[in-house]
Amino acid sequence: MRLKPKSALPGFHLALGYTLIYLSLIVLIPLAGVFLKTAELGWQEIIDILRSERVLSALSLSFGTALIAAALNAFFGTLVAWVFVRYDFPGKRLFDAMIDLPFALPTAVAGIALTALYAGNGWVGQWLEPLGIKIAFTPVGIIIALLFIGLPFVVRTVEPVMRDLEKELEEAAASLGASRWQTIRLVLLPSLLPSLLTGFALAFARGVGEYGSVIFIAGNLPYVSEIAPLLIVIRLEEFDYAGATTVAAAMLVLAFVMLLVINGLQAWSNRHKVRHQALAQPIQAGGAL
Amino acid sequence: MSSTTILAARHSAVTESSGVRRLLITAALLFLLMFLLLPLISVFFEALRNGVHTYVDALTEPDAVAAIKLTLLASGIAVPLNLVFGVAAAWAVAKFEFRGKALLVTLIDLPFSVSPVVSGLIYVLMFGASGWAAGWMADTNIQIIFALPGIVLATIFVTFPFVARELIPLMQEQGTDDEQAALSLGASGWQTFWYITLPNVRWGLLYGVLLCNARAMGEFGAVSVVSGHIRGETNTMPLHVEILYNEYNFAAAFAMASVLASLALLTLGLKTLLEARHGDSLAKGQKH
Repeated sequence: MRLKPKSALPGFHLALGYTLIYLSLIVLIPLAGVFLKTAELGWQEIIDILRSERVLSALSLSFGTALIAAALNAFFGTLVAWVFVRYDFPGKRLFDAMIDLPFALPTAVAGIALTALYAGNGWVGQWLEPLGIKIAFTPVGIIIALLFIGLPFVVRTVEPVMRDLEKELEEAAASLGASRWQTIRLVLLPSLLPSLLTGFALAFARGVGEYGSVIFIAGNLPYVSEIAPLLIVIRLEEFDYAGATTVAAAMLVLAFVMLLVINGLQAWSNRHKVRHQALAQPIQAGGAL
Repeated sequence: MSSTTILAARHSAVTESSGVRRLLITAALLFLLMFLLLPLISVFFEALRNGVHTYVDALTEPDAVAAIKLTLLASGIAVPLNLVFGVAAAWAVAKFEFRGKALLVTLIDLPFSVSPVVSGLIYVLMFGASGWAAGWMADTNIQIIFALPGIVLATIFVTFPFVARELIPLMQEQGTDDEQAALSLGASGWQTFWYITLPNVRWGLLYGVLLCNARAMGEFGAVSVVSGHIRGETNTMPLHVEILYNEYNFAAAFAMASVLASLALLTLGLKTLLEARHGDSLAKGQKH
């Protein structure tokens, strides 16, 4: 019965046809080109390119820094979301709007601004350098840039789930004798975990491919602070199309895997939400367990 | 135990002590200050460091003006195209049932998962000097890479999902009752679309366009790969920032960056306003 009234509207073939053609021309066919180009090379050549020391160190740098930054963001992002959802303080609305700044600020602007701040003569860097801490032009700088880029992914994924948490569950836990820390660890964290992992995965996926904000602060030293996207650009500038596309194909494969992981996590998160609400309902209805 | 002490005990069991609360707020705000606010402030500080005169000069020199014009032109083409696509995709996905719908939605989101550099590379592989379409382009004398069409293509790719992903959940929430009522009263398909569907989704559409435009004007990686960096010709505003920065012309680089940062702030302001005023007419849970 649901199918019939839906098909009463006109324009299905026009809309779907246009969608599929535009999607194919802009996204699918060009992306397929990367794999076709790579496939022309043959396995031996692909493996040789991927196993060269410079490519390996670029890929592991991109993965490693993205992983560390996403983990830090998972921690700080949850902290920020918690503070926004549970507490009141002056300037809260302003800070809340600012969370989305990394989505809106062009990456190149973020890159030069972070470099200016964290370089040895910058506002922050000048306090760290006497302590022997160098940030700009080292892999640590890459992590700083990825922290900036990834923060809103965690905050905006965790925040709505945190807002929907049933306070009654915490009260029930407390009334059954749980300490506050036990309630957080055993009641709140498990409910937040799916969204937390989703935010982590989103931040990681974005971080691995990030280019604009990183190249200014990284120093871009081959084998040390040269990220994989930059290596693609360098290979292109050398007209080494095989080298560029092979690294690109490797990154695309990772992006597809991450997309599947994120979709799975989101489905888990939605199931969790339904279960959580079902669990909370009898408490609300009955008043006590 | 008096009732007030019970209340107090109950209260402390579901929140933190004021000391812990203050500590957490301080830590969170310090983090935001170091990684969000200070970078933003420093853009404007560095831009005006050498005075207003240098600032104005940096923005009015011919290459800067050319970069601003190119950015406006490229996003002026890319955003409307993605707007039309977003509406068509949302109409198909939200108003009809068909097989493979979930896959289609995933594919529409795909560009967000692709590294900006790869987003540019795919068009170099198609239209570059040794690309798939090189022969055709030599015959017709059309240049795509290192020219405006390539910049527009890369911009379309990176902003591809914005309008669609805002409209699809919104139109799904709204269902088809309004459209069916209009149709049963004798409205044509286009009339129904123009007078019923479009007004229903106007705030969501604006929200999507706003985010799409911000990314279109600020895109760096993808455009950098296809642009060729020809000064005064194929440099967009973000690329102009990079060139000036690499020439150690920091004041001018930050001056152009401050224009882009102002644009970002304007976007955030409008976005916050839309969420506050018309939050009910936006898709739920689509806050970015």
